[in-house]
Amino acid sequence: MDGQRLKFYLPRAPFEITELIPWVLGIAVFFLLPEYLALAARILIFIILVLSLDLIVGYAGVVSLGHGVFFGVGAYAAGIASVSLDIHDPLMQLLIAAACAGLLGLLSGAVVLRGRGLTLIMLTLAVASLVHEAANRATQLTGGADGLTGVVIDPLLGLFSFDMFGKTAYVYSLVVLFIVWLLLRTLCRSSFGASLIGIHQNTMRMQAIGTPVLRQLLFTYTLAAAIAGIAGALLTQTSSFVGLNTLGFELSGEILVMLILGGVGRLYGAFVGPVVFLVAQDYLAKQFPENWYLGIGVLLIVVILYARGGILGLLDLLVKKGVKA
Amino acid sequence: MRFFKRILSIAAVVSVAVAGTAAAETIKIGLITSSSGQGTFLGEQMIQAAQLYMNQNKDRLPAGTDVKLIVRDDGGPNPDKARQLAQELIVREKVDFLTGFIWSPNAAAVAPLSTEAKVPTLLMNAGASINITLSPYFVRFSMGTSTAPFYLGKWAGARFKTSYIAVTDYGPGFDSEKYFELGFKENAGAEVVGRVRMPINTADFVPYLQKVKELKPDVLFVFVPTGRIGVNFVKAFNDLGLAKQGIKLVGTGDITADEELPSLGDAALGLLTVHHYSGAAERQATKDFNAAWAAAYGKDSIPSFAAPQAWDTMDAIYEAIIAQEGKVESDESMEILRNYKSDKSPRGTISIDPKTRDIRQNEYLREVRKVEGRLANVEIEIVGQQVLDPWVEQNSK
Amino acid sequence: MLEVINVVFHGAAFGMVLYVITVGLSITMGLMRFANLAHGMFAMVGGYALIVSMGRYGVPYPAALGLAFVASCLMGYVLERLLYSRFYGDSELAQVLISIGLIFVAIALVRMVFGPQSQRVDLPSYLQGQWHIFGLDWIAYRVFIIVVGALLILALWFGIERTRWGAKVRAAVDNRAMAQSIGIDTSRIFSLTFMLGSGLAGLGGALGVELLAVQPGYPFEFLVIFLMVVALGGIGSLRGTFFAALLIGLADTACKYWIPELGSFLLYGLVIVFLGLRPGGLFGAQT
Repeated sequence: MDGQRLKFYLPRAPFEITELIPWVLGIAVFFLLPEYLALAARILIFIILVLSLDLIVGYAGVVSLGHGVFFGVGAYAAGIASVSLDIHDPLMQLLIAAACAGLLGLLSGAVVLRGRGLTLIMLTLAVASLVHEAANRATQLTGGADGLTGVVIDPLLGLFSFDMFGKTAYVYSLVVLFIVWLLLRTLCRSSFGASLIGIHQNTMRMQAIGTPVLRQLLFTYTLAAAIAGIAGALLTQTSSFVGLNTLGFELSGEILVMLILGGVGRLYGAFVGPVVFLVAQDYLAKQFPENWYLGIGVLLIVVILYARGGILGLLDLLVKKGVKA
Repeated sequence: MRFFKRILSIAAVVSVAVAGTAAAETIKIGLITSSSGQGTFLGEQMIQAAQLYMNQNKDRLPAGTDVKLIVRDDGGPNPDKARQLAQELIVREKVDFLTGFIWSPNAAAVAPLSTEAKVPTLLMNAGASINITLSPYFVRFSMGTSTAPFYLGKWAGARFKTSYIAVTDYGPGFDSEKYFELGFKENAGAEVVGRVRMPINTADFVPYLQKVKELKPDVLFVFVPTGRIGVNFVKAFNDLGLAKQGIKLVGTGDITADEELPSLGDAALGLLTVHHYSGAAERQATKDFNAAWAAAYGKDSIPSFAAPQAWDTMDAIYEAIIAQEGKVESDESMEILRNYKSDKSPRGTISIDPKTRDIRQNEYLREVRKVEGRLANVEIEIVGQQVLDPWVEQNSK
Repeated sequence: MLEVINVVFHGAAFGMVLYVITVGLSITMGLMRFANLAHGMFAMVGGYALIVSMGRYGVPYPAALGLAFVASCLMGYVLERLLYSRFYGDSELAQVLISIGLIFVAIALVRMVFGPQSQRVDLPSYLQGQWHIFGLDWIAYRVFIIVVGALLILALWFGIERTRWGAKVRAAVDNRAMAQSIGIDTSRIFSLTFMLGSGLAGLGGALGVELLAVQPGYPFEFLVIFLMVVALGGIGSLRGTFFAALLIGLADTACKYWIPELGSFLLYGLVIVFLGLRPGGLFGAQT
């Protein structure tokens, strides 16, 4: 797992041709699968979310079980901006969502990141529960358990309205994903990225050489929160609705599964995981809803026991074997 | 049991062929319900009722018309998922009608889609009062959650001076609270001495009931999600000795759900509830419905209110299909649906109010009594005659 | 005044249940340094064991409690040997993920077998209704919980402080390497302790059927509150867990009674702030 990552953050690491694959596929899907664009847009949104998760779990090594809360906050920020503040421009909503989620990330991170181990995990959960409770109670603002209806989204750039086929949603999400990815790839390739990995692997040593550990972690946490918030806003914009389950624990658990499935700590795992998970869910969960949950649990256990690098890790092994042969 | 249910779900996807010629016209009905997660019990009854109706009414369909029921699982109160499923049903499966919906938030999330795609959407169970206003293509066949509390309140206020209101902290809870109070206070001198909103996953009602015990109201009105939770509440009520103290417990039919009565046991005797349906009603239509149900699903299966609601909805859809001779068109269907009337429903006479697209039905006061050795919700009187949901009524002017 | 007594009484009962469930988690966390988020499933299994044995097989209540304990013990032992022991000393992420995987599996299996509704059980008649003590009415079952909880605490304290096994556990918690070097078979200690902790969780789950609803979502639903108790009390501290459980039980009940509009919100907020300032909890190491 580490060898792969090392290659990744060397300054001026060359662009590999395989890195174009996601974007080629992304454009192809738009033309080849018009009936599945809504599902595809949803996958893109989750890729953005899982990318932000990889930043804190994979790179910074902060195990968060409550990352979904930033997604939910972003979703509600966009929704409330529309319903209560009459702000219907999607790009404006994105900004508001990123700001709100980022702020929560900053405030909660300041408290949460001081803990270690179980305490840290528990605090991420507690923050998520707190916000979930708050949203549940503030029915005037959030619609409570019934969810927020009446969200109106203006056409994107004044030209492209969000239709039920998901065409606009898809292209919009793809562009946002591209920008986010560019940002993260640059960040992780820089000395900041190297520093994060250092903190992950040996915090004490990093402190000894004078790295402002807490500050860097906090920055990362806040950035990840903002990106998750953007993903949340995208969901609101594509469904014209916000539900409480965007803040639920199940979501936080599911994205962790997606990340591990794809391969943690290498950014591209965040592309693979959601695609595999959501496509499988779309097909299998319809046929066998109970077994789906069981299957995911078993899969997770198997992956942790035998294939920690996830799908990309397995691919690496295959490539290595292929090279040796 | 699980296997049996699985078979039912799979069977639901199989089309119901019309006698005779090969189907030329297939009408597709998308049914979004909960087959896993919360609400599974009601969800499965919904599917069972729909299938029972379809089996019994094959011959009424126009020649060459075929009806296909496509069932999807929203996994509980997951508005996001419900919307996704609705989108797929509309875009991929190209359904002519959308129906189902156990949970109000799920229905709410689908509203913009129904409007954009112009698909008649019939709510079989979701009841948040505001739902019906969310799309001009919504028609409601279930009930509005403000209705039963309002008429219960009116009835209770005439007989009791003081009341305490305990509801679960979510949409239907708020509706119930508001309208029980409105109905209660319509009677001069009646007042509400206290109220509480309990979190949605409360198992332990004792701390809340302790407060009620101290305030000593004449009557305690409770609204909790239907089913098992009601049983816990009644148990706690009795355990704390509130009944002995003379406090009368009343609520919507959710606390004495027909299928939970056996769990409640004799502690339930005398409980008064208001609801739009009871399996113990003396109407011929109810008896026929129960007989058909028992024949199809066995004597131990007790149809809850979700079943007749689904049944009536299918009846309305079939009426629309038959009237249009198998060639359904959205706005034409809507016109037929909004003028739907039936006096053969297991619930008694029902009709849709054309202006609001919401249901008009009776609200019955029922008391839990022993009938032929089994506990049953016996209808004593009609406290609301062919009434519309009060919130909808107030807000449609 | 009566109000306060009632709140304290109910809060204490809730706190007792929380303690019995979480004490196992605290000890195994301190011992094996393993973040077992799936601990709630042992409590759930205990709850279901009680309900099934009483409801379907008519087993009398005390025996059913014992069964709940034994069932969870067994499950704990098997899982520890097969799965958990492979992850001692592993990365936190791996531990968290394996726990989550187990939770998913547990929830799915339980849902398939028992259905999604919450389960109910009829308590024996001698525990129903209220008892009249010192001129006041107390719900019989809650009194029972408090008494049983207190006895368990005494037994545990005795076990940890006064027996050789307890001494070995304390040694291994303080310094595993050292304990091993003086000949203590730490891996056996781990298994036994894990087994005991799971068994206690099962017993707690069974005792608390009326307080914490037994339904498939149990391990997720109560995860936060279990973790809060452990984190607040300080990992590995019996005493800390006890006080934390009591505190949270009381606070939760008090909030429900006096400020139901805020609900758990206040509770979470306070705990977060407290742990932010004192990450080690009440009685734990403060590093």
